[in-house]
Amino acid sequence: MSATLATPSPGGSGRLTLRLLMLGAVLLLAVLPALNRLPADSALHVSDFIVSVSGKWITYAILALAIDLAWGYAGILSLGHGAFFALGGYAIGMHLMRLIGPRGVYGHPTLPDFMVFLGYKELPWYWLGFDHFPFAILMAMAVPGLLAAVVGYLAFRSRITGVYFSIITQAMTYALMLAFFRNDMGFGGNNGFTDFKELLGMPLNTPTARSALFYASLALLVLSYAICSRITQSKLGRVLVAIRDAESRVRFLGYDVTQHKLFVFVLSAVLAGLAGALYVPQVGIINPGEFSPGNSIEAVIWVAVGGRGTLVGALLGAFSVNALKTWLTTVAPDLWLFALGGLFVAVTLFLPRGLIGLVSKVTK
Amino acid sequence: MSDGISPPLGTPKEAAPVLYLDGVSVVFDGFRALNNLSLIVGAGELRAIIGPNGAGKTTMMDVITGKTRPTEGVVRFRDHDLTRLDEATIANLGIGRKFQKPTMFDALTVFENLELALKAPRGPLACLRWALSGEARRRIEAVLEEVGLTARAQDRAAILSHGQRQWLEIGMLLMQDPELLLVDEPVAGMTDQETEHTAALLVRIAGKRSVVVVEHDLEFVRALGSKVTVLCEGSMLSEGSIDHVQNDPRVIEVYLGR
Repeated sequence: MSATLATPSPGGSGRLTLRLLMLGAVLLLAVLPALNRLPADSALHVSDFIVSVSGKWITYAILALAIDLAWGYAGILSLGHGAFFALGGYAIGMHLMRLIGPRGVYGHPTLPDFMVFLGYKELPWYWLGFDHFPFAILMAMAVPGLLAAVVGYLAFRSRITGVYFSIITQAMTYALMLAFFRNDMGFGGNNGFTDFKELLGMPLNTPTARSALFYASLALLVLSYAICSRITQSKLGRVLVAIRDAESRVRFLGYDVTQHKLFVFVLSAVLAGLAGALYVPQVGIINPGEFSPGNSIEAVIWVAVGGRGTLVGALLGAFSVNALKTWLTTVAPDLWLFALGGLFVAVTLFLPRGLIGLVSKVTK
Repeated sequence: MSDGISPPLGTPKEAAPVLYLDGVSVVFDGFRALNNLSLIVGAGELRAIIGPNGAGKTTMMDVITGKTRPTEGVVRFRDHDLTRLDEATIANLGIGRKFQKPTMFDALTVFENLELALKAPRGPLACLRWALSGEARRRIEAVLEEVGLTARAQDRAAILSHGQRQWLEIGMLLMQDPELLLVDEPVAGMTDQETEHTAALLVRIAGKRSVVVVEHDLEFVRALGSKVTVLCEGSMLSEGSIDHVQNDPRVIEVYLGR
C-alpha cells in the first residue's frame, strides 16, 4: 500500500498510557475464568458463554496481530491468512481425532469415524505422528510457515506486490478450500473434524479445559504481541515500513527486500497457524469452511477497523468487530454481511487510521 | 576518453577508472534509449552530465544501478561487471543513487532515514538485533551536519521542504559510504540560494568519492566547475569544460541553441 501512515508507535506519555490500558485489559481478561467459577447467583459471575466467546476472540486477535505485522508494517496485504489459521486448526484437529481412539461411533481402534465410513483400511501416512501433541503443535506452525515460505518466495522474488499479491493469496485459500472439501484428501471432506473428546488428558467442554485453553490463548496473545512489538520497534520494523512506502528505494539502499518480506510473512503465517490451533479445541469443530475467502477478508477488516500499522489497533479491531458480529448475528442475522461491508467502506472513507486514529484525534 | 580505448588494467590504482561504460546500448521495442554510449569516470572525479530530455541520462543511471539491463555493451565498476548484478548487490558494492524525485521514507524521521541508509549488515535478523552504537550515532550526526539538517533530525521526513528533501537524499547517499554517487537532478525546483548550497555540498563530497551529477541547470553545472559530458539521443555528443561544450557547434545545434 502506498498511502503514508503515521509513525507506528506513539511516543512518550502516550505510549505509557497505552501500556497501562493494555495491562488493564489483559488483567481483566485473565480474571474471567475465575469469575466463571463463582456461584451462578453471585453478582460477579461470568457465564460459560462469555468465557468461551472471549477465548475464541483472543485467537482472532492473534490472527489480527499477524495480519497487521505483514500488512500494516510491511505492506503485504494477504487475503489468505484464514488459510494459515485453518491449517493450524486442522493440525490440532488431527491430533484431537487421534485421541478419540476406540471411543468413536464405529469403535475402530485407530481410524477416525470418517475414515471407517469412507472405507479406509489404514491411516494415511500423513496422519502418522499426530497422536503426539508436540508433533501436532509443530505441524500447526510448520505447515502454514512452509506454505507461506513457498508462496511468498515465488511472489516476492518476482516482485509481485499490492493487489496482485492479494489475489494470489485469495486464490491460495480458495484452492485449499476446494481441496479440503474432497473426501479422498483424508481430512474428513465436507464435515471436517468434530466430536473431540479430550486434549492433554483434559476432557473438553469442562470448566477446567475451558479455562486452560483460555489461558493458553491469552498467553499466546501476550507472547505474539511481545514478538510483534519487538520487531516493529527495531530497525527491522523501520525497514518494513520503508518497504511498505517505497519498496524499490529500499533495494537501492542495498537491502534484499525479498528476505525481509519473506521473514515477516512466514512469521505472520506461523502466528496465524498457532492461533488456529488454539481456536479449534475451543469451538470443537474444524471444516473446510474455515478456508473460505470471506474469512480472510473479514480478518483484514478487523485490522482496518482497528487501525493498521499499530498492533494495538489490530487487537481493538478484532474484539470490537467480533463483539458487533456476535450481537448482530443474534439480533438480525441477515444484516451482518451488509454491516460488515458498510463498516469497511465507512472506515476507509472516514477513519483511514481506524479506531486508534479516532482515539488519538479525540485525546488531542 | 573516446570509443575504442581498452580498459587500463595494468595501470596504477589511482589512475584506474571507477566507472567504465563501453559501447552500451539499451533498446526498448526498437527505440534506442542508449546508443553505443561510452563513459569513463575516474576516482574522486566530479562529473556533470547534461543533455536534452530523452537524451538517455536517466536510462544511463538505470543501467549502472542494475534497474535496466543493457542490450549490449560493457558496464564495469572497479572490477565488477554490473550487467550481471541486482540493485541491492550493486548498492552494497558502493554505488549510491539519488533519484530525480526525492524518495525517502516519509513515515520515518530524518534520523531514522539516515540510520536505514547507514552501511551495516542488511539481513532481517541483523536488523532485528541492531542497536545504535555511539560510533553509528556520530556518523549520522556528522552527515546531518554536512547536509545542514541537524535541527530537523527528529522531524518526520514528510514535513521537510523540497530543498531539505533533496539534501536528506544526498545525506542518505553519504551514509552508504559509496565510492560512486549518482545524483539525478539535485537542484530541480530549488531556490537560487539552495542551488548554491547544493553545488558547494557536491564539490565538498567529490574528491573523497566519485560523483556523477545529471542536471539541466547550466548555471549550477558551471558552479560545480567540473568536466561536462553532453548526451544526445543516447550517445555522447561532446565532452570537456563547460566553456568548451557551450561553444561546441554540435551542442549548440541540438541543445543550447534552441
